[in-house]
Amino acid sequence: MSKLKVAFFDFACCEGCQLQIYNLEEEILDLLELVEPVEWREAMSDQSDEYDVAIIEGSITRIEDEQRIKEIREKAKILIALGTCATTGGINNLKNNFEMQDVKECVYGEDANMSHLDTYPTKAVGEVVKVDYMVHGCPINIKEFSYIVRCLALGKEPNIPGYPVCVECKMKENTCRFEYDEICLGPITRAGCDAKCPSSGMWCFGCRGFVDNPNVNAARDIMAEYGKTLDDLRGKMLLFGSKQEF
Amino acid sequence: MSNTVNVTVNHVTRVEGHGNIRLRASDGKVEHVAWQIPEAPRFFEAMVRGRSFEDIQTIVSRICGICSVTHSLAAIKGIEDAMDIEVSEQTDKLRILCHYGEQMESHSLHVGYLVAPDLLGQKSVIPLVESHPDVVKTVIRLHRLGNTWMEIIGGRMTHPVTLKPGGFTAIPSEKKLLELKNAIEDAVPDLKILIEVVLGLADKFPAFERDTEYIALRYPDYYTFYHGDIASTDTDEKVPVRQFERVVNEYVSPQSTAKWCKWHRDSYAVGSLARFNLNAEQLLPMAADTAKQFGLKKGACNPYLNNVAQVIECAQVAEHSLQLIDELLTKGLKPEPVKVEPKAGEGVGCVEAPRGILFHRYQFDDKGLCAKANICIPTGQNHANIQKDFEAFAPQIIDRDQDEIRLLLEMLVRSYDPCISCSTHFLNVEFV
Repeated sequence: MSKLKVAFFDFACCEGCQLQIYNLEEEILDLLELVEPVEWREAMSDQSDEYDVAIIEGSITRIEDEQRIKEIREKAKILIALGTCATTGGINNLKNNFEMQDVKECVYGEDANMSHLDTYPTKAVGEVVKVDYMVHGCPINIKEFSYIVRCLALGKEPNIPGYPVCVECKMKENTCRFEYDEICLGPITRAGCDAKCPSSGMWCFGCRGFVDNPNVNAARDIMAEYGKTLDDLRGKMLLFGSKQEF
Repeated sequence: MSNTVNVTVNHVTRVEGHGNIRLRASDGKVEHVAWQIPEAPRFFEAMVRGRSFEDIQTIVSRICGICSVTHSLAAIKGIEDAMDIEVSEQTDKLRILCHYGEQMESHSLHVGYLVAPDLLGQKSVIPLVESHPDVVKTVIRLHRLGNTWMEIIGGRMTHPVTLKPGGFTAIPSEKKLLELKNAIEDAVPDLKILIEVVLGLADKFPAFERDTEYIALRYPDYYTFYHGDIASTDTDEKVPVRQFERVVNEYVSPQSTAKWCKWHRDSYAVGSLARFNLNAEQLLPMAADTAKQFGLKKGACNPYLNNVAQVIECAQVAEHSLQLIDELLTKGLKPEPVKVEPKAGEGVGCVEAPRGILFHRYQFDDKGLCAKANICIPTGQNHANIQKDFEAFAPQIIDRDQDEIRLLLEMLVRSYDPCISCSTHFLNVEFV
């Protein structure tokens, strides 16, 4: 069986999701039995235009990025969005709460209009090109990444959780964050993170994006039970900027 | 005979973020050499406006995947400074401990995965899996230690969860802390292997020196990454972090539109070598002994030796962590619930990232919403110095083979361990 050729590309992001791949440690050696990285700028000096799988980290925030991602899409048989910046736009979406001219002037002052500082409202990769698979999270869960790569190498469809973080949080026997008078996005956010944040005493801020069909009525009931409203929930959703409305 | 050299490197590999190198020379004379940054700007200072003080570290942690603990801590210290929040000794020690995990993780990744291939004549760590399996496995173990370390204290390897203004959302159990202590003690032989390996390759670092101003935090009690005032190798003056703008002095160079930083000269360097040059006498025994083995002394000004200083710091953070864990366990860990009442104010947080000194300044209104932010990143502070190194080093190597020139310049950039996605919200670039 010939190995799948894999190339990594990054756009606007912190590159923390690529870093998680290093964090697989010895397991990287196992994955190298299944796939062959042919381009990975953060780790390798090699470059290649021939790849089966393109793994994309980061959001699209400039016209030239849009061109680049389209070219990558044409070359790749399979395109994977890696991490929240790529899957939903993530924290980069906070920029979209402001006018772009205001954003540029805030950071670059009188140099704001230099052409290389140009920016447009953040887009997720899927808003520009077709995405075949998504690895959710900020950062990604490395076990999930490894699982998805193994599935693709073996020609299987990966199975990504379609239930909310609350399910995993309950299994960890955590006290509900609402009991602490906090607003937690667990009820509407896609599980698969092992409820890492609520397990460490922090509310869920929704980095994995929403479950496909969030149970809005249940969320409303929880909010009502704790004397809060859906607007309170929407305020927290803004942080990782999912564009899903309810 | 006209002999033209053109080196064009788009997107230097094995660094965090996107940087380009341009060099043009003819007849042995360098006509143009430049270090450029085409990274997509991300505008964090604009994005945090209007956000609650409770969410700031969650946001700015995402400036950088590889120094997310550092950014979280700088933000938290800035918030605490703005709102006059005092933290307990336990919080202080646990934070420093978490921060040391990041130093170990980042330094071992940089030296082991990103720099070692250059020293061993390879394009990446992947061929080293075959050719030097024991070295790779040692690096993997040290890197995993750094990650486990951050996870035990910070709740997660990257983008910590537990760090918050005033203290922690959750603290590790004493059992976990003891496990960490054992893991660090068990890693000492691996550290020694790493030191031996780099020592054996030390002659592969180019012998390039350029007298440089180095800037880092300095603190009377110990070799610091977290507390202290700003110090420079050019002066005895110590500047309080609240006045950091007096040190970074962003300016526009006459030869470039890029905003650079300078204090006493046209540029300065930050990072492991800067910390070493300012604080070497405070190193603990294993780290001091490592420096001795390498013959590295205060006043070193070969930028490539930043990688040696990183190895020394791996030993330093391991040793200091063992002390901190002992102190914490002797006193006993206790939960310290945190409730912060926001108030209006302005404050600065300063921490040493693995790659150098980092400043965050914030202004908050009385509801604790962020009105203004200014973030000054280590790699941003190093960009001008990388350019100055290029200008000094390129003429010295211009008669060499084009591929070798390219490699030496790439290695020079890599030696700074740049974190370019961090630096792009304040850097402007000249394109040739």
